[in-house]
Amino acid sequence: MKATNQIRIQSEPFDIAAIQEEMRTANPSIGAVVTFLGQMRDINEGDQVSSMTLEHYPGMTEKALQAIVDEADQRWELMGIRVVHLVGELQPLDPIVLVAVASSHRGEAFQACEFIIDYLKTRAPFWKKESTADGERWVDARHGDSDAEERWS
Amino acid sequence: MIKVLFFARLREQLDTEMLEFEAGSELPDIAAIIKLLKQRGAVWAEVFDGDQMVMMAVNQEVADADTAIKDGDEVAFFPPVTGG
Repeated sequence: MKATNQIRIQSEPFDIAAIQEEMRTANPSIGAVVTFLGQMRDINEGDQVSSMTLEHYPGMTEKALQAIVDEADQRWELMGIRVVHLVGELQPLDPIVLVAVASSHRGEAFQACEFIIDYLKTRAPFWKKESTADGERWVDARHGDSDAEERWS
Repeated sequence: MIKVLFFARLREQLDTEMLEFEAGSELPDIAAIIKLLKQRGAVWAEVFDGDQMVMMAVNQEVADADTAIKDGDEVAFFPPVTGG
């Protein structure tokens, strides 16, 4: 059965449990659903962060995510992928991104999920700007993120 | 026309969201666009000549300075991405 994949960029919060439930019940051959959830921290680079704004490049974001999801689908035997990424203003503890992957067995679901978030971090055009006591600042890209992507090439 | 977009830190530094250029033989690739942009003033030269990393895209696909452009294309400049 062809996997159903879905990519969403939105400013409204998402319901993690509902997404997992929808994925796990999509097909009785699914034996594993791995979900990664990234959420906003109240501390970065040693400073308290009170809120954050996420900007993106509409159009390119969807294309970039679609390419990542398609590649995961080619590398592993999967039975459904969901990527949901928030944009706009966020507060600490707000979910930022969800990547969920369904498969017959856990191994492929774990690997594909990690692959997708690693690639999203370095290839999808999102930018974070955080508010601290000293004002607003753009978040710098992390070297560790490109190292994480390298592992998959 | 060639539409040129700027995002995130770059948009703020340059105080510009979008520019349009007449397409033509004098604008064969992104490098030619960058050359024009650098002539717009000190902050532009600093952004495109300085130490900060500038990523680019043509028609919403990652590109580099050598990427060819034509009439109707959408070019974008932005900093390294920080989503997720």
